[in-house]
Order: sequence, then structure tokens, then C-alpha cells
Amino acid sequence: MSDNNIKMASEHLDFYYGDFKALHDVSLQFRKKQVTALIGPSGCGKSTYLRCLNRMNDLIPISRVEGKILLEGEDIYNTSWDVVSLRRRVGMVFQKPNPFPKTIFENVAYGLRVNGIRDKSEIEKRVTESIQQAALWDEVKDRLQESALGLSGGQQQRLCIARALAVEPEVVLMDEPASALDPIATQKIEELIHELKQQYTIIIVTHSMQQAARVSDKTAFFYIGKLIEVGDTDTLFTRPRLKQTEDYITGRFG
Amino acid sequence: MTGNRRKKAEKTMKSLFFIIATASVAVLGMIMIFLFMEGLPIFKEVSVKNFLFGKYWYPTSDPPDFGIFPLIIASISVTGVSAVMAIPLGVMTAVYLAELASKRVAEIVKPMVELLAALPSVVIGFFGMVVVAPFLQDIFDMPTGLNLFNASLMLAFMSIPTICSISEDAIYSVPNALREGSLALGATQWETIIRVVLPASISGISTAVILGMSRAIGETMVVLMVAGGAAMIPGSIFDPVRPMPASIAAEMAEAPFRGEHYYALFATGIVLFLFTLFFNVIADFISNRYRQVGEASL
Repeated sequence: MSDNNIKMASEHLDFYYGDFKALHDVSLQFRKKQVTALIGPSGCGKSTYLRCLNRMNDLIPISRVEGKILLEGEDIYNTSWDVVSLRRRVGMVFQKPNPFPKTIFENVAYGLRVNGIRDKSEIEKRVTESIQQAALWDEVKDRLQESALGLSGGQQQRLCIARALAVEPEVVLMDEPASALDPIATQKIEELIHELKQQYTIIIVTHSMQQAARVSDKTAFFYIGKLIEVGDTDTLFTRPRLKQTEDYITGRFG
Repeated sequence: MTGNRRKKAEKTMKSLFFIIATASVAVLGMIMIFLFMEGLPIFKEVSVKNFLFGKYWYPTSDPPDFGIFPLIIASISVTGVSAVMAIPLGVMTAVYLAELASKRVAEIVKPMVELLAALPSVVIGFFGMVVVAPFLQDIFDMPTGLNLFNASLMLAFMSIPTICSISEDAIYSVPNALREGSLALGATQWETIIRVVLPASISGISTAVILGMSRAIGETMVVLMVAGGAAMIPGSIFDPVRPMPASIAAEMAEAPFRGEHYYALFATGIVLFLFTLFFNVIADFISNRYRQVGEASL
């Protein structure tokens, strides 16, 4: 990569579930400290694409990837790449909050522990910082030793964000992080994304076009496994180049 | 008209099923009442304390000794030693089947483990008697191969399927979202299993272990055939023992009807019943107590 501002990129990415080709020739670049939104109707491949970026799709036995995904210029599908260290650098927040059945503290400390951090005060410091960063601290500071499953959905999701931030990733992938939440919790998550962009490269899949418009710098529109159009969010939503994009964002289909 | 008839049919079906359900519960209840009726009279002869903690079981001597302490110890130690063997094997097999094995391997191995549960206990007892016992005798140069260790080994074989298949269900039902959450943080598969999947399924695994153990403690045929039958407190795991069910099964036919010995055997049955009841209540308690809310529920 000649451009130093590119954090991650895919080049001619094809993805197969068995015989079914779910992604066709997707080339896309993600700039440092920007929020990129992936939009498109259900089944368009945007989540599949997102899950290629930290090789979460490796878990599906019949899946196959062709093409390249570059993290700072290095191909993450290269056989010499260590998936575990990739996932540490490229964190992920899932659609439904999935806290571990552990205490609030342990949920965040988990990532640190599995990454070999043993020092107690270091763990404590980073857990505190991450929960603060995820704008959850005031709500949970007195109950860190209680089960995370007692939190509300929105709190759980911010805890999952805190958990992802604790290992200090470079890129944060978010797969419809607010789709299971009410409007107030959604707003909190969006504000949070705004904050996090100072430090992280964020790629977010969303079903809500308003959300994409509110939180992202760039937007990429996917349709049946193809990348249709990508551009600055402002431009894409006001003056889309293609008819298909326009139809989608104006709600004529999807 | 037809509506009325349909309603009537509904009602008849409902009462029919109610009667059938009540009948089976009632029969079980009556068996329990019978057990207590036939067992409690022994306590006119022996105090509860002497019965439970008496060290000598000589029911046919004159005067007879009705101390079932050696039998209780035998049951507990046989079950305990078999647990030590069966729990790691059963749980690890479950982990392998649920988390590591390819779909094809799991499809073959799982029914095979479950088939182990279908083996009649008398067959397992027979195997212990004619294969394991002579083997132990030769290898360790023991006076008899029919002992606590042999019985534990055979009981372990019997409880592994229970432990394995219930644990496997529990592990399998851990939502994939938790595994993904862990892997996405840079945890290895191994760390994910040990630190997320097993803790999340611990209530199911505990239930599996306790049900497996409760099966082992009540098992009769195997211990009757291979435990050795000596009503004494064992000094080592290679001593012959006489667990409670073996004692009841072996002596009931010879005990004079409604004699002291007869009552004593039924009282032993009560003790055994309380043991298995205790195990089952604990299992029930654990599976309710640790049932998690939301996503991670079992």
C-alpha cells in the first residue's frame, strides 16, 4: 500500500459458503480513524464481509476465501498469519450483546488474561479505562463483581464494546451493534462510536440508514454479494451515483 | 351438536390421561410407603444410631448384629472411586464430541457411547468377573480380583454414558455467540473451551455427574457380582466390600419374612433411597440454581 492512511483493505475478495458465492470481487479500503458504514438489504453479504476482516468465517467449515485482505499492507489470509494475533488487532462487537456468564469485571479482564497479561494492577487499570471509554463506568462502578447478565441490553452491549477495547485493537468491527437495543441505548452507542473514532478505525454494519448517516464518514452499499457504491457518507446519501443506491437509500426497495 | 360431542371427547381424554398419570404416581407412592412400613420396625430392636454406625453386620448370628456402617462405607467408597474415574473420562469425552470432533466422527462416536448405556448391567458384571478379576489377581498378585477397585471400574463404565451424554447436551447448548465472543478477543480454542464454554455449562455438567453417581450408588447387579461381598470396612481399594444394594439382593431371599433380618434389609433400602433422593435433589437444585438468564441459559 502506498497510502499510509489505509488501515485495512480488501482486494478482489470472493467468498464462498460451499458452492454458494456470497461475495463477488469486493475491493474496499478503510482509512485510519474513520468510521465506515456497510449498508444494504438483508442477505447482501455485508455481515459476511465484515466477518472476513477478522477471519471469524474460519469457523464455518465449508467456507472459502479468494482474493486478499490487507491489514497495514499484509495479507491476513496468508498462511503464516496467526489468527489469534489478528483478532487481537481487529476486535469485534456482535449484533446481539454476548457477555460471558461471568462478573462485569471478568468480562473485560478476560481478553487481557488470554492475551497473557498477569499483572493485577495492570489488569485493573485497563478494565477501568475500557469501561470508562465505553461510557459505562458510572452505571457499573459499584457492581463490578456482579454478573454481567444482570445488566440491561444496552449496558451489556457497551460492556461488550469495553471488552473489545480492553485488548487495545487497532480496528473495531461492529455487526449491527444497536439492532437489538432501544432508541436511547442506540443513541448512547452512536455517541460512543463518535468518541472512539479519535483512536480506532471502525467498520460498522447497519440496517439503519439514518444510523449510517449519523455515525460514519464513508458508506459502502452492498447488494447481492457485490459492492455497488462507496463514497463519503454525505455524498452517497445526497447525490448517489447509481440508480440502485438511490433506490435503496430512498426506501424504494430493501 | 358436533361441537358438544367434540367437547365431550376432549373432556374424556383429559380425565383418562389424568387417571393414568395419577395411577403411576400412586403406585410409586405406595412402594415408598411399603418400603418404610417394612423397614422401620427394625428400629424397635436397634437404635437408629447403632444401625447406621454399627460396625458389624452379622444378621444371622445369635444374637445378630445389624450395623450397616460397613455397607454404607462400601457404597460410598465404590461410588467415590468410580466417580474419580468416570467424571474426567465422561466430561472429556463430552468436550471432545461437542467441541472438537468433526461432525462425522461425532455422529459415529456419540451413539457408541450411548450404546454403552444399553449394556445390561449383568453383562458388565460378568465381564468384571471373568475378565477383569483374574487380570487384577495376576497383575497385582492379590488374593481376589473381586474387590472395591474392580466394582468401581465397572460402575465407572456404567456411569460414563450418563455423564457424557448429559454433559454433551449442556456443552452443545452453550450459545455460539459466547464462543465467537471469546475467539474475537484473541482467545485460542482451548482457552475458549476452558474459560468460557465449560463455566457456562457447569450446571448441566454437575447435573450429569450427580445423575451418573446416583445411578452408580443404586446399581445392584454389578456390585453383587464383582465387589467381593465382604461386609467389612475396607482398608484399601483392593479389599472386597459389600455395598448396600448387593447386601439386600443377596440376603433378601434367605431372610425370614417379617423377621428382624427382613426388616433390617428394608431399612437398608430406606438408607439407599435417601442417598439417591439426596443426589437427585442436589442435581435438581444445581440445575435450577445456576440456570442463567437470557442468552446463556441451559
